[in-house]
Amino acid sequence: MESLLNQLPVGLSIGAVLLLIALGLTFTFGQMGVINMAHGEFIMAGAYTAYMLQDWFHGQAVIVALPVAFVVAGTLGWILERAAIRHFYGRPLDTLLLTWGVSLVLQQAARDLFGAPNVQVTAPSWLSGRVELLGGNLPYARLFIMGLATACVVGIWAYMNRSRQGRRMRAVMQNRELAAVSGVATGRVDQLTFFIGSGLAGVAGVALTLIGPVGPSLGTYYIVDAFLVVVAGGLGQLRGAVIAALALGMLNSYGEFWTDASLAKVIVFVVIVGFLQVRPQGLFVLRSRALT
Amino acid sequence: MRKPFLRPLAAVLLLPVAMLTGCGGDSKDGSSGGGAGGNTVKVGILHSLSGTMSISEVTVKNSELMAIDEINAKGGVLGKKIQPVVEDGASDWPTFAQKAQKLIKKDKVATVFGGWTSASRKAMLPVFERNKALLWYPVQYEGLESSPYIFYTGATTNQQIVPALDYLKEKGKKRIYLVGSDYVFPRTANKIIKAYAKANGMTIVGEEYTPLGHTEYSTLVNKIGTAKPDAVFNTLNGDSNVAFFKQFKSAGFDAAKLPVMSVSIAEEEVKGIGVANVQGQLVAWNYYETTPGAVNDAFVKAFQAKYKGAVTSDPMEAGYNAVHLWAAAVQKAGTTDVAAVKKAAAGISLDTPEGKVTIDGENQHVYKTARIGVIQPDGLIKEVWSSGKPIKPDPYLKTYPWATGLS
Repeated sequence: MESLLNQLPVGLSIGAVLLLIALGLTFTFGQMGVINMAHGEFIMAGAYTAYMLQDWFHGQAVIVALPVAFVVAGTLGWILERAAIRHFYGRPLDTLLLTWGVSLVLQQAARDLFGAPNVQVTAPSWLSGRVELLGGNLPYARLFIMGLATACVVGIWAYMNRSRQGRRMRAVMQNRELAAVSGVATGRVDQLTFFIGSGLAGVAGVALTLIGPVGPSLGTYYIVDAFLVVVAGGLGQLRGAVIAALALGMLNSYGEFWTDASLAKVIVFVVIVGFLQVRPQGLFVLRSRALT
Repeated sequence: MRKPFLRPLAAVLLLPVAMLTGCGGDSKDGSSGGGAGGNTVKVGILHSLSGTMSISEVTVKNSELMAIDEINAKGGVLGKKIQPVVEDGASDWPTFAQKAQKLIKKDKVATVFGGWTSASRKAMLPVFERNKALLWYPVQYEGLESSPYIFYTGATTNQQIVPALDYLKEKGKKRIYLVGSDYVFPRTANKIIKAYAKANGMTIVGEEYTPLGHTEYSTLVNKIGTAKPDAVFNTLNGDSNVAFFKQFKSAGFDAAKLPVMSVSIAEEEVKGIGVANVQGQLVAWNYYETTPGAVNDAFVKAFQAKYKGAVTSDPMEAGYNAVHLWAAAVQKAGTTDVAAVKKAAAGISLDTPEGKVTIDGENQHVYKTARIGVIQPDGLIKEVWSSGKPIKPDPYLKTYPWATGLS
């Protein structure tokens, strides 16, 4: 029973990681419907940003890197949107192939720039401790990720629901034509949305340096989980993503606790496939009067 | 809508293709001449240059290329220069089989140096046996194999895992937790470890496998904490090691509290994991950058001159040895013909960075010295125990009574 409680913070922290990697996708995939396979590589770009900044900021690079990685990954995403994706709107299959190719190119670019072996990003020393919680312990690094995920969710919520730009974004998503005739520059909204979504991937990448490897293949380890969260949560639904991430985190944590890591993955997939059979639109669905 | 569809789609499809040929740009393949004809002898180099295993395998490719350069600088083999053809196995086992077939059939290479994971070796094995071609496999592995078309220059179990267990036993570690990646090497290695434990009064308090490329270890670390072992025996491979050690350390475990014995972490991996996370932990290999000897000094110096800031590790050294052993066998045989080279290779001895190694003609493994090391604060590994002399390879553990019934 005690070890059962132990797993609770573990599940929460896995959920926070899942949420962080999926938040960017709620914009690019959820809002815009772009299946961006290069999302994982934007995460990687964020991680490498932290690595690069170490030369100047040493132990505190991770903190400084958060805003920098947002801009770096956001810019990469913006370039991708301008140069390629905008020509493929409304053609999900082509976009999928395109972004998958881009992801391979970015992985190879990282390999050429930084070398194939993993690099080390030193965590700030004040993140090396842990707290006792429910009989187990929760590393500060995990707490930091939970805090960061919470901060991102609050920020995104405020942006989407309280700012003019956010309102325009929701308008374009719900009815592109109507938004356009109402004077919203939809192209510019697309650019900004893609910038923010990709930038959030960069922020996730910085956080992941605390717990995982930093190498050219980094993105490939997280991309599937990120899509799972967004699909299970319902496209473009922030609260859906939050709940789905936490639920998957718990499922992962307890699934692995009772069986093993390989089987836990199977359980997660089976549960999600089963869930989508019953509710193909995900946890939450946006109701609108659009005819599409 | 119909017309502009094909053009972008074609561009998209070409992207990955361009990527793959881009990788080929890494090779020194002149794509001319065939096999041993002309003034060159072609050899294949087949490692994962991309994907989860590239962290480890790229360095082996580099050391093999360096060995080829060294031999070429001294005039090559049989008066011909060696020409490497580099292929990317992409951390994908069927790709290894496919690229091996390509190297043998299309490039007509004299031999292939390649592989890291046992899964890739198992995938390539039938290709080499079918074509009666030769593979040099440079990484420690789980034993219980002896293909007539493979030379194994890394350690088999009685040269690495068994000495590592002997060391843990000597240190009084009785409760062992097994952690490994979910594929053939860890599962077979753990079978051997369990047999050893049973015969030597040790208890296995847990056995867990995670998929290759797994990055979430908090649950596993929790399980280890609950089981309270004396030591962890780690057969994780690739990037998972980084995640495992980072999360193990941040959960409050270090070498003093709970030692981890690893068999797939060498100097190169230590850099990526971060020394702070693995300092003081144990590893079992046959070679370390710090291994004393003039041959090793020259090897380390040459390698670091070629690849700035690089470290040398056991699989790199075993790959480097493989090239030199093959060249020696070819010189002795007077031809690159596979059957003749195999015959000539038996009993060949070389002074290598790890000391003297000798090819065992019977099982095509090499005599190697086992060494247990501790990871130092500078990222290098210090030897704390050694078998003192090269151990005769015994892939089927025939000379160990507790191992009967394993193969």
